[in-house]
Formats: sequence, C-alpha cells, structure tokens
Amino acid sequence: MPPRLISWLLMAPGFLWLTALMIVPCLLIFVLAFFERGTYGGIDWSAATLENFARAFDPLYFSIFLDSARIALIATVIALLIGYPAAYAIMKAPERWQTSLLFLAILPFWTNYLIRTYAWIVLLNPVGVVNNVFIYLGVISQPLPLLYNEFAVILGLVYNYTPFVILAIYSALQRLDPSYAEASRDLGASAVTTFIRITLPLTAAGVAAGAVFVFVLSIGNFVTPDLLGGGKLQMIGNLIYDQFLTARDWPFGATLSGLLIALMMIALFMQAMASGRARGEHV
Amino acid sequence: MLNIHLGATFAFLYIPIAVLIVLSFNKAGLPTVWSGFSVEWYGKLAANPKILASAWNSVIVATISTLIATVLGTLLALGVERAKPSPARDALLFAPMIVPDIVLAIALLSFFTLIKFTLGLHSIILAHVVFNIAFVCAVVRARLKGFDWSLTEVSRDLGAGHLVTFRKITLPLILPSVIAAALLAFTLSIDEFIIAYFTAGAGQASTTLPMQIYSMIRFGVTPEINAMASIVMLVSFALVLLAQRLNHGRIPGA
Repeated sequence: MPPRLISWLLMAPGFLWLTALMIVPCLLIFVLAFFERGTYGGIDWSAATLENFARAFDPLYFSIFLDSARIALIATVIALLIGYPAAYAIMKAPERWQTSLLFLAILPFWTNYLIRTYAWIVLLNPVGVVNNVFIYLGVISQPLPLLYNEFAVILGLVYNYTPFVILAIYSALQRLDPSYAEASRDLGASAVTTFIRITLPLTAAGVAAGAVFVFVLSIGNFVTPDLLGGGKLQMIGNLIYDQFLTARDWPFGATLSGLLIALMMIALFMQAMASGRARGEHV
Repeated sequence: MLNIHLGATFAFLYIPIAVLIVLSFNKAGLPTVWSGFSVEWYGKLAANPKILASAWNSVIVATISTLIATVLGTLLALGVERAKPSPARDALLFAPMIVPDIVLAIALLSFFTLIKFTLGLHSIILAHVVFNIAFVCAVVRARLKGFDWSLTEVSRDLGAGHLVTFRKITLPLILPSVIAAALLAFTLSIDEFIIAYFTAGAGQASTTLPMQIYSMIRFGVTPEINAMASIVMLVSFALVLLAQRLNHGRIPGA
C-alpha cells in the first residue's frame, strides 16, 4: 500500500467523527441563523431572513456583546499580568524543579470547572471565608458584597484560566535562546530594557496564545457569569443558553453563536499574525 | 521578587481548593464556619442515591468516550504525523479545544434534534468523543514528534507487515503516551458539564455527576457539596498525576 493511502486510512475515522459531530453541527448553526422561530417553537423553514442579525445588533443585545468583550478583556489582561511573571519565575528556577513547578501550575486546570468556580462562592459569600477573616481581623465591620457582581465573575475567569497562560508563556520562554538577553546585558542595557526590548517581543507568540485562549473562553463563558454573577450579569454565553433553553428561539441563539464563532476566528487570526511575526524576528 | 510572585500565584491557585477540602470535614451544617472535625458529610454522600446514580452515569460516559477517542485519536495522530504538514488540518484538530463549550453544545443539540436522534447517555458519549479525539491526538502527536521512523522502516525491510510492525514496534514505543492521553481524556469527560447538559435530554436517567453538582450548587452552599467536590478533585489530581508520570513529566495544558 502506498504511504499516502495508509496515512489517509489512519486519519479517516477520526476526521469522519469530527466532520459529522463538529463541522456539520456548526455549519447547521450558521444555516439556522438565517431562519426564524416557528409559531410553536422549532424553526420556520419557509423563508430565509436577516432579521436575527439585525436583532443581534439591537442596542439591547449588542450591549451584552460589548459587556462580555470588556469583561473578557479585563480577565485576559489580569491573567497575563499574573501569568507572565509566574512563568518567568518558573523558567528561572533550578532546572530540576521546573517540571514540577509547571505541573503544579497547570494541575488546577485539569480539575472540575464547576467545583473550581463553586470554591469562590464558598470564599466570597457574605458569611464566607474571606468576609469572616476580614471581620475577625477588624479590617471591616460589615461583610463586603464580594459575590454576584462583575468583580466575582472576573476573579473566577482569571482563576480558571491563569494556569493556561502560565503554560503558554513558559513554553515560549523556554524556546527563547538566552544568548539574546545576555548579549543585550553585555552591551550595557539594563535588566528592564532587556526585558522590554528583547524578551517580551520574542515571547509575543506565547503571550498571544495565552491571551487568545483566555479571551475566547471568557467571552463565551456560561458557568462563571451564571454562578458568580448570580444571574444579574449577562454575558453572551448566558444569552445563548437562554435562547435555547428558556426563550426557545433557536435561530436567534444560533445567530449569537455564529457571531461568537466569528469573534473567535478574528482572535485566532490575530494570534496567528502575532506568532508569525515573532517567528519572523527569530530568523 | 519573582519567587514571591510565584508563591502568591500558587497560593491564589490552591487556597480555594484547600479551603473546600478543609470545610468538607466541618461538623456544622453551616458550610463556611469551622465547628469541629467530622466525616459525616462523606457518609451522607455515600447514602445519596441521586449522587451515586449520576456518578455511575459519568463513569459510563467517560469510559466509553475515552475508549473510542483513544483509538480514533491515536490513529489520527499516526496518520497526521506521516502525512504532509497542513495548517488547515492542524486548525481543524485544534478547533474542538477552542470552540466555546456552549457553541458546540447548542450545535449538537440542534443537529441531534434535526435528525430526530433520541438524546440520552449515548448522545453525551458521541459528543464527548469530539473534544477527546482532539486531546488524545495532541498528546500522541507530541510523542510522535521525537519518534524515530527508521525503526518501522527497518521492521518493514525485514519483511514484517504493517500490522506486525505496528504491534511490535510502534505501539510499544508510544503506549505510555497513549495511556496518558486516555487518562486525560477520561478526566476531561468525567468533569465536562455544558455539552453533557445540552445533549443529555430530559430526565434523571441521563444526569451526569457535573449536572448533579450544578443543580446542587445553584441550590446553595452545603457541606455535602464540599465533600463531593473534594472527592472529585482528588480523583482528577490522581489521574493527571498518573498521566504525567507515564508521559515523562509532560502534560498538555489544553
């Protein structure tokens, strides 16, 4: 058998599965977006329309898009600010510890997302651990409203996605040739200048990968705004959820999902550009 | 300075988990104030038929979806690493990991409804295989990157067939990462909530453990949830630790 045929035969079952249960359903979402909800729920296939798109850009819904993007962006920036120095510290640690430290940083990522989010309800609620400790220490006399607001949602997103940022930036730092930074120092640049002019640009691909990951998963998040926002805070994920399970307007839910996928593609495209540029500078 | 930051980051990552575990041994009904050591919530958990049934459903879903995804994902990795590099193909294999859960969930729900496919545990399994294939494929591909293909060429030159070469040469060499990939896939599947929630259909019969946890969390904070959360997290930690050992210290973050 020719090698190409073997390779195709090996790939066929997996790609068939992904085609049938990922590509086709996602294409279906794009198709649904152009139809309207039937009188009794379901889909009215009789006429295609752009009505759903017009509705998605209605200020009522569009503001939810903007809010989601803003929250996702804040979470991304904070995760990068925590993740970059942490990844840098792991890279600077003795060689034999690095694998264990990195493993320790990623481990929470592999546990149940619901439980990691729930832990913050336990910590932040009015009679929760954080408020109790602050009251005990005399910092505050009344419990602070820490839960069921934007602060809690952003905190939850940062908590859940920082491990991935650490991983992405650590792998970029590890690929970096240390002689560039050494040369910069030898030529008299300060540590800060060296970091800003050499290390940071050369690890831009890792930063971009981490940032896109946090942004995309945050903007489409459903669990965190639902549990930590207490239903008061709506993000696109919750809106899509409502359209499918509460309002039963599947075509509009599909339109919102389609727009979310489009946003995701833009983010991934920007990441590809960033990593392409970073690679170019290596050569 | 850097090391203080790293220490603070680890504290940030692990204190919430540690607090949950400590509170799961709390005697009082109030879950957030300490009042003495007790394991009674673990006992309550073991006597709750809804939790046991949903945990069993999760084990079934995770086991079957892992088996299917491990076979298909490994074959896929072997095929992709032999074929000419293709960015489009790589993007397709990366997609299941980055598509927001809610989008894949509603896409599958719409699709299953349109083709009039009955929902239940089997539809959750079909859905979980989608993202698990991508993960297994990524882990096995990482191992194959350093694979010395001349070994299989030698085997073929000496007259062994494709299947014999696979069984005697390729499989033993990649087996640790295949098992590691399977353990990670199992962990992902047993923890996955949104896609299962949308593709489970109605009724308690196809409720998985995360779905059960979600409905309990929405109801409020209880010591029972703390106990269950502790068990679920420790099981995940153990599985991932085992996967990491098998895979020579490497685990992918996504």
